Parts: sequence; structure tokens; C-alpha cells
Amino acid sequence: MALDDRKSDFKFVGTRPDRPDGLDKVTGRAKFGADAHAPGMLHGAILRSPHAHARIVKIDTSKAEALKDVKAVITRADFSDKVPFKPGLEGEFWNVLENVMAGEKALYDGHAVAAVAATSALAARDALKQIEVEYEVLPHVTDVDKAMAPDAPVIREGAADYSVPEGMHPNVVRYHESGHGDVEAGFAEADLVIEDSFVTEATHQGYIEPHACLASLGNDGKGELWCCTQGHWIVQKTCAALLGMETSNLRVTASEIGGGFGGKTTVFIEPVALALSRKANRPVKVVMNRSEVFRATGPTSSASMDVKIGMKKDGTITAAEGIFRLQGGAFPGAPGDMTAMCGFAPYNLTNVRQVGYDVMANRPKQAAYRAPGAPMGAFAVESVIDELCNKLGLDPIDVRLKNAAYEGTKASYGPRYGRIGLVETLEAAKAHPHYAAPLKPGQGRGIACGFWFNHGGETSVSLALSEDGSAQLMVGTPDIGGSRASMALMAAEVLGIPYENIRVTVADTATLGYNDVSHGSRVTYASGLATIKAARNAVEKLCERAAAKWGIPVDAVKWEDGCAVPSGPNAGDFDPMPLADITTNMGSTGGPISGHFEATPEGAGVSFGTHIVDAEVDPETGKTAVTRYTVIQDAGKAIHPAYVEGQYQGGAVQGIGWALNEEYIYGEDGRLQNSIFLDYRIPVASDLPMIDTVIVEVPNPGHPFGVRGVGETGIVPPLAAIANAVSNAAGVRMRQLPMSPPRILAALKDNG
Amino acid sequence: MSKIHVSTTVNGDTVEYLCDPRETLLDCLRDRLNLTGAKEGCGTGDCGACSVTVDGRLVCSCLMLGAEAEGGQIETVEGMADGEELHPLQKKFIEYAALQCGVCTPGVLVAAKALLEKNPDPTEEETRYWLAGNLCRCTGYDKIIRAVMDTAAEMREAS
Amino acid sequence: MNYHSPASFAEASALAADATGITRFLAGGTDVLVQLRADIVTPDNLIDIKKIGGVRDITRNADGGWTLGVAVTGAEMSEHPELGRDWPGLVEAMDLIGSTQVQGRATLAGNLCNASPAADSVPAMFAAGVTVTVTGLGGDRVVAVEDIPTAPGRTSLGKGELISAVHVPARGQNAGDAYLRFIPRTEMDIAVVGCGVNLRLEGDTITEARVSLGAVAPTVLLVEDCANAIIGTTLDQAALEALASAASAACNPIDDKRGTIAFRTEVAGVLARRAAKIAYARAKGEQA
Repeated sequence: MALDDRKSDFKFVGTRPDRPDGLDKVTGRAKFGADAHAPGMLHGAILRSPHAHARIVKIDTSKAEALKDVKAVITRADFSDKVPFKPGLEGEFWNVLENVMAGEKALYDGHAVAAVAATSALAARDALKQIEVEYEVLPHVTDVDKAMAPDAPVIREGAADYSVPEGMHPNVVRYHESGHGDVEAGFAEADLVIEDSFVTEATHQGYIEPHACLASLGNDGKGELWCCTQGHWIVQKTCAALLGMETSNLRVTASEIGGGFGGKTTVFIEPVALALSRKANRPVKVVMNRSEVFRATGPTSSASMDVKIGMKKDGTITAAEGIFRLQGGAFPGAPGDMTAMCGFAPYNLTNVRQVGYDVMANRPKQAAYRAPGAPMGAFAVESVIDELCNKLGLDPIDVRLKNAAYEGTKASYGPRYGRIGLVETLEAAKAHPHYAAPLKPGQGRGIACGFWFNHGGETSVSLALSEDGSAQLMVGTPDIGGSRASMALMAAEVLGIPYENIRVTVADTATLGYNDVSHGSRVTYASGLATIKAARNAVEKLCERAAAKWGIPVDAVKWEDGCAVPSGPNAGDFDPMPLADITTNMGSTGGPISGHFEATPEGAGVSFGTHIVDAEVDPETGKTAVTRYTVIQDAGKAIHPAYVEGQYQGGAVQGIGWALNEEYIYGEDGRLQNSIFLDYRIPVASDLPMIDTVIVEVPNPGHPFGVRGVGETGIVPPLAAIANAVSNAAGVRMRQLPMSPPRILAALKDNG
Repeated sequence: MSKIHVSTTVNGDTVEYLCDPRETLLDCLRDRLNLTGAKEGCGTGDCGACSVTVDGRLVCSCLMLGAEAEGGQIETVEGMADGEELHPLQKKFIEYAALQCGVCTPGVLVAAKALLEKNPDPTEEETRYWLAGNLCRCTGYDKIIRAVMDTAAEMREAS
Repeated sequence: MNYHSPASFAEASALAADATGITRFLAGGTDVLVQLRADIVTPDNLIDIKKIGGVRDITRNADGGWTLGVAVTGAEMSEHPELGRDWPGLVEAMDLIGSTQVQGRATLAGNLCNASPAADSVPAMFAAGVTVTVTGLGGDRVVAVEDIPTAPGRTSLGKGELISAVHVPARGQNAGDAYLRFIPRTEMDIAVVGCGVNLRLEGDTITEARVSLGAVAPTVLLVEDCANAIIGTTLDQAALEALASAASAACNPIDDKRGTIAFRTEVAGVLARRAAKIAYARAKGEQA
């Protein structure tokens, strides 16, 4: 299926070698966030608000401070007072500080209000019980529609930006509207118009490793921080600001990371550990427990959505309109704009209009979760398309093919697409044996498409050659799913030396230039591009050395299969000069040879996927089983196909959890009811079938090898695809996620 | 509050530690013995990242007190390889890309080893149910299940 | 917290009787350690009963019944070659609790004393007619399991009292038991509804029955109306409907994060029907 017309003769790219960090990770040797230890280390613990919304009247830490084992107690007063108060998204540092340690008000159940450092983890926990906090409990709101209602309690005045229309509740803090054409005229042309409302609950990224860090901040103002993060430069920048330090005085090292999925792209405990360390003058380790992870770190937004689509009898969509309201916790940032922009993005539409709202409520600050905002919108849009197909008796893949976006289509959110692979994924879905397989009684099949933008971002990579001809590659994007393997493959491809001879290290903030976070499906694209260019930079220098040795111009030398060779018969008659022959005496031929690349690549290339799901519903209990699942997605070019498949499978299964069982459940008191894995219910091994994958390769012109990011698109279609399968199996349209057994059984009863 | 002296065996080595009565076996392995292979993902026995065997029985080390380990035989992921020779499951997990972030991997490996010792020829369903207490958020379990079942097949052929 | 590991039940009882503050007994620890870790209950005294002789034994009694030590784990029950042939429902109910890892530790007595209405093994024990020996300062007494839980998290055990053995009756002829629970996933959940059925036949007709429900009231229920709905029948369609109605009628559940009142009430009837069919088939000697 390789469609790469520029480079298809890869030697290393596309193979499946063992990952460089494999041995460490199967032997328990790999060091994750909580696995670090420092001499004289203290343990930190954080006191959290039990109230969803409360004024903090007084915090008395004297009893805790008096304990022998306690070495420091901190509150908001221990952070920098120079972070400017800006309640909207522009004041992101202030928002982060406010989230990391509450100021005047506790804004959600789990909001940090104080912290201690003590000689043991147990002593720290015990000391928290001695801190007395006086709260004045305020009215709270956790539901998105209620938070927008006129009588809703105000989370924070003045947080709205310029985009919000007059007359909206102060909890509405951003507004997005886009589209083109005339939707009313389009609906008038339709043979059938369906308008429906959909609700999704917040879900958590559910990484198995809780947040953990080890901080050391001395009297000299120099700090060291070890933490599990998707991006240590943003940690460096943010922590420095919150602590009032110069950025370069804080060195941040990224540990191995036990999952992130977007949830480890910001800071929570890191500034707290640094503040404790500064006060105690000793290293401090802080490790969250699972309940803290659920209560106080980024879930997704919850959403309430209205979607209206008009279709002709032949399946042509005449108009589409969506309103997407996203609740993102007690801070601005819910990606209502992303939901709006992604919902209709797979389709070539003449008339489309979409509106997104960013709404605050008394919940933890939402954090990115794999294609943030996109899965909810796809759920609403693809459900309505499915219903239209059912009502008009049309095949759901044919209808999507008829309306699919292709190269040159004006996207629903504005720009024209370059080369994209949606049609190819739909054709592969139609041809897949899964789509033709018969269903058993009680089963239903669902189809859905999904879109994600993908991202480039600031990227720095260095590559240093050793005298023996091996290479050290330094990247700045934490490896969250095998990226060291793909980086080594791309470097091997350019250098022409064995994969095993390249050691890839995730460098710390003091040893490499700035790198954006491992997010936006950007690592294989952007760090990969930078790796290729850094390797090419080294190859140029290798060719220069060979040219000098041969006494011919450098442009008469080219690089082939790991050797410098004359570029043609006229260049001279020299034997190929292998890389190691050049590096062996590089110190005396001009000095060490390294390659570098720093840029903000802009050609990430959007990505599409199509999923096919079979589901079975027990009509007596409403219990759903996913019986077969196929993911088809455009990877541009799969560098290490096994890890591409892994991204597809992982995204699909997270989607299954979101669709069927996962949700944030709040009580009337605004407290989170299910803050442990037992009751949060992520999919377990016995819940699932094998997840089949098809890697479509429509090369991205913006990457030297054609790569498109694959990390996020995989979670966009599943909510909709599963809802369509369940709705078709149950014979009743499911409009609310999760489709838990009580909801399905109630829907079946209502349906008679 | 005085500490408890515990003498036990970990991966064949006799070890001793002092622990607070509230400390779990996991706390003791990680903080007292510096064996950080077992992870704490939940602290409530729901994720399996802390899986070890005690006297041959698979348990969550977060659901057992350090004090209860007195006189026991404990095996952790650190003891799975035979010197430099990886256990067949460890090899297969690398080969099959059955890990992404790797934080659940030690627990999954310890649990899978216990399965194959009890049942050398598990069905897919048996494998999935045995490992239901080992949460993995990255892989969707597909490659993990394949790796365990193919290791079992290879070990049966080899024996 | 003080940790004790007495060598006898009498010693354990004396320790508990003399203790001040909160006392907990530690068997498998799968509830005690979770509560400890979450700061829900930090006992002042924790009494580990696993060093007491015989607590891991599964013994066939002369009358054909069974005595299980209080530290016998779910895994040990499942692995026992004969216990599950007599009482498949009871063994399966225990096996449903938690993961493989939890099975390596969790015990019947612990599940009973945790006194959760959603405990999986408890409805199966109610249905089977299990009794327990309670040891206290005054000696031993034998108590029906139905008399142990009194409210969520509360038992009838007095200060210094603990369970020292679990007794499962002789199976006898033409009888079978079954336990089913509803959970949204396939594993690792707490029961949203549970139902145990134990019955005996003469020919095709049910002559004895005990039906229990879990997670639909503050404690596990033994529902006489359910038993009466099927006794004297051949478990025909009418009997199954009557059973389901009686089960639903017995429910007094709550709305919570795990399920709704309507759902629990409805599904209790569904599970009662399904469990009764399995128990009936087992009593007939059929595979189920």
C-alpha cells in the first residue's frame, strides 16, 4: 500500500527492530518518575480541598510545623508574587499557579491548598491531618449546561476573552464560530434533515503511572527537577515562573514516563516539590496517589452538543451545523474550538457552520487527552450521519465516500487540504473482510470517521558521531510509545549505519535546545524530521572530510549506504569511504563531527481514520460487548509499523472505555464519587477482542519520509463508531456517553 | 511507634528490613530494598502494576503489609531473568512491541509468568481473564495477549 | 498502628478484647489495606490471624460437609479438586472477587466481615446455608452467616469476637447451587446486583430452595418469597417469572455510582432467573 513516490527504497524505515529501551523496561530497570532517590530526601504530601467551591478563610499550619518529622509546610504564599493576575487564557502562568496551589478560593474537589515535606511518606501524610483549614462553602456547579445558565454560580469574574458575545454568563470564557456557505439554504435543499442533541461525560487519560517528581532547589537559586512529563522544557519554563527563578537556573530531566496521553503536558506537583525543597533546603519527592490523579489532574472536558445535518436521498450532505459546549473545569481552556473545527472536517461541505463554547465549572482543570475535543464532536456528527443513513437506507461507507474530503477540499474550518488519505481509509474499510462479515442476532455494526490536525512545534535535535563510527542522538521529546526506536531508524536510514549503532537519549533541558512537548502527534513527525536533518547535517560534514582527503571538491562527494563515494565517474576513482573510517581520526581532520537541527516545522499534515466496530447488547441487562474492531488510519509512512499499530490499538481501546463505562461521577455535593480505578472502570484485558489494524500510507509532503503523526486520530472515531454499533444492535439511538448498562436498559424500556 | 524487623527472601536473596506496621510490601520493596521494578499505579489492588509472587502465589504487593512477608519467598520482576538470559516472556514482549510506556510491564510479566507456570497452554480467553487485574492503558492489550500466548507455544515446543 | 500475629484464636480474641481504639483482624487484607491506604480506617491494632495453625486448611467433614480455615484464599478454593464439585456456585462466587492477584489473598471470612451488601461470596454463602464458628472470650459459638452482617460495614460480632472457621453443609443428592452477578465490565468491578440460588430436586420438582440477593439492600438478603416461588415447581416459565417478580419486589436498593434503583430492581429478576436455571441444571447433574 506504499504510495510514497519520492522515497520507497527504505532500508531501515518500515522494519520492526527491538526498541532501544526494551531491556530496561522488561527487567524493571527503567527509572520512572517515582523511582528516583536522593541523599537526604524528604517526602512531600499535598492537602486538598474537600469542597467543590469554597472561600479559604484561614489556614493554620502551626500544629503540622511543630511536628518533629516535618521540615517544611507551604501554602500559596510560598510561590512567586510576580506572576501577573490575568484570569483569562492569556494569563496561563497565573492559571497554572492557581491550579497548583489555591489562592483565595478552592475551585474544585481535590484543589491543593497546602503541602508538607517530612522525613517519610507516612509522616507527611500524618502531618496533613494537623493542618486546619477554615472554609466558607460557596454554591457550586459541575454540569456544562447548568454552568451556562443565568443563575449559575460564577467561578471567576473577568475570565472571558474578547470572543465571547455580549450577554453570556461569565462562566463562558471563549467562543468560536466558523464555516462557509449558507446552511439555511442547504437545509432547504435536503430530502431529510436530522437534528439531535448529545452529551458526553469527562473521562481521564488514565495513565498507569501517577504524577511523580523529585525536586532540589538550593540557596544558590539553582534547581534540579526529575519528573515524569511529556515535555520538560514547558515544565522548566512554568516552574521557573511560578517559583520566581530564571529559567536556565532550573534543570529538568524527564524520567521514563508511564503514559501521558496529553495529561502530562502541564505541571501539578512539580512547583510544589520545588517550593518545599527551597523551604526545607533538602531534596523533596512528591508522588500522587491514584485518587489525587483523578481528583486533581486533567480529565477531558464534558460536552453538550447539538448537531443538525441535511442529506439528499442519494447521500449528498447539503448542510451541516453544530453547537458544541465544552466544560473544562475551573479555568479557561476547554477545547470547544477544536471540537467545532474537527467535527465536520472529514467532509467536503458546501454549507457548514460550527460554534464552540469554552465553559468553566467547579471541576479540575481539563488537560489535553489525545486529539483534545475531537472525539466528542465526532460522536455527535457521526451519530447523526449514521441515523441519516439508516433512515434513507444508504450504506454508511458509501455515504462517507460520497462526501469525503480530498486534496483541494475547503475544510469545514477554513483552509484547503493538501494531500490527505481519508478516501483511502474508507476504500480500505469497504474492502476489509470485517465489513462483509455477517452479524449474529443481537449484534450491530458501526462505522465512523475521525480527523485530527497534527502538530509540528519547536524542535531541537543533536547527533554526535563517535570515533568508532557509532552515533549518539539527543532528542528532547520524552518517549511515550517507542519513539526512540523510530528516531534511530530514521537516523540509520540517513547515516547508513546499523540501527543498533545509534543510541537515542532523551536529553535534559541543560543539554539540548528547546523542545515543545510530546503532544499533537508531533514526535515522529517533528523530532523525526529534525533527526533526519541533523543526520544530513552530519553527513555533509562527513562528505567534506572525505572530499578533503581525496582532494576533490565537496560537491563531487555523495553519501551512499554509510559511505562517502565520488558523486560520478568524473569526480575521481576512489573506494567508498565508510563512516567509521572518517570518524576514526576526526579529531585531527577538523574536529568532532556532529549534526544539529533546530526549527519549528509547519508541515505536520492532517490525519484521518475510519473504524469498523461490531457490538452485542444483552437486551435484558443492557450490557455491551465489543466483539470485533478494525482500525484503518493514514500514517503517511509507518517508520516502525509495530508501534504505529500500537497507537491505533491503544487509541481504539481508550475510545471503547470512553464510550461504554468511563466517566467522572459527581455527587450533589460536587465531590468526585469514583476516584479509584475500581469505580472508574477502564477497559481490562477480558473486556476486549483483538484490535485489527490497517496502516494506510498516503505520504505527507511536509516530512522527508512522508510521516504523519498517528498518536491521536485513533481516539476520534471510536466513540461514534461504538455508539453506532450499539444503537444498531439495540435498535435505539444512544445519545449520551458512557453507554453504561443502566442507560442502555433505560433506553430499551423507553423504546418499548 | 516502633518499627518491625522483617527477614525474608527476595529473588533468592535473604534480606532484612525495618518497616512501619502501616507500610505495604510494595513500600518495603521500593523504599527499603530499592527494588523499584514493581510500581504503584493505584494502591488499591486494581491495577496490578505492583504484582509479585509470595510463596509462589501471585499477589498485589500493595495489598500486603511488609510485616506479613516475614519468612516468605518473594519473586519480583528483577528476578525474572536468569542472569543475562531473559525469560522467554521478556524476550517476546520486546520482540512483539507488547509495551509502549512500560510502566505496567513488570506487573504484567510477573502475572504472565505465574499463568504459564500454572497453565502452559492457556486459551486467549484464559489469558485475558488471568491478566484482567493488570491494567494497561497504552496497548489495548492486543500485543500483550499475543506475546503471552506465543511465548507459551514456544515454551511448550522447547520442553 | 500495632501489628500482632497471635498463634491461636484464643490469643487473638484476648488481644482484641483488651485493645483500645479501633481493632481490625487481618486475613487476606484486600479490604483492610485499601481502607488503611485511603485513610478511611487506620486501626490502632491490627491482628493478623494467618499465623494461627490450620487457617489455610480445607477439610471434608465426616457428614460430607466442609470446614474451611479463615485464611483459605479464593485461589485455594478454586484449585481444590472436590470443593467446587459440591458447591460450584459458592466457589465461583468467591472466584469472581477481584483479580487473579486478589484471589491469591481474599477470603470468605474477610468478605463476610467487611459486611458490604455487594460482597460476591456472601449471597452464595447465604444460599448455601453456610455457618461460621465465632470465637470470643467466652468460647466458641456457631452462627448462621445471615446473622453476621447487620448494616453496611457492620457485623454482629462483639468486642473480642472473631470468626475462627467456616462450615459449608454437606451437599447431598440432587442439589445444585449457582451465583451470578451483574457488572458493567467482565472483571474487576463490584457487583451492581448479585444473586445466589441453591436448590434440591425430587425428580424434576424443586423441594428445597434458598435464594439470596446482593447489592439491592443495606445487607445481603435471603429472600423467602423467591424460594417459595420455585419450591414445588419444575422451574417452568411461570415459576421463573414468579421468581423474577419476587426478586424484584424484594429489592430496596439505592441510586449510586454503580447503578440505579430501576436498573438494580430489574436486573435482580433477570439474574434470579438465570441463576436458578443453572442451579437447576446442576441439580439434574447436567453441565451448566
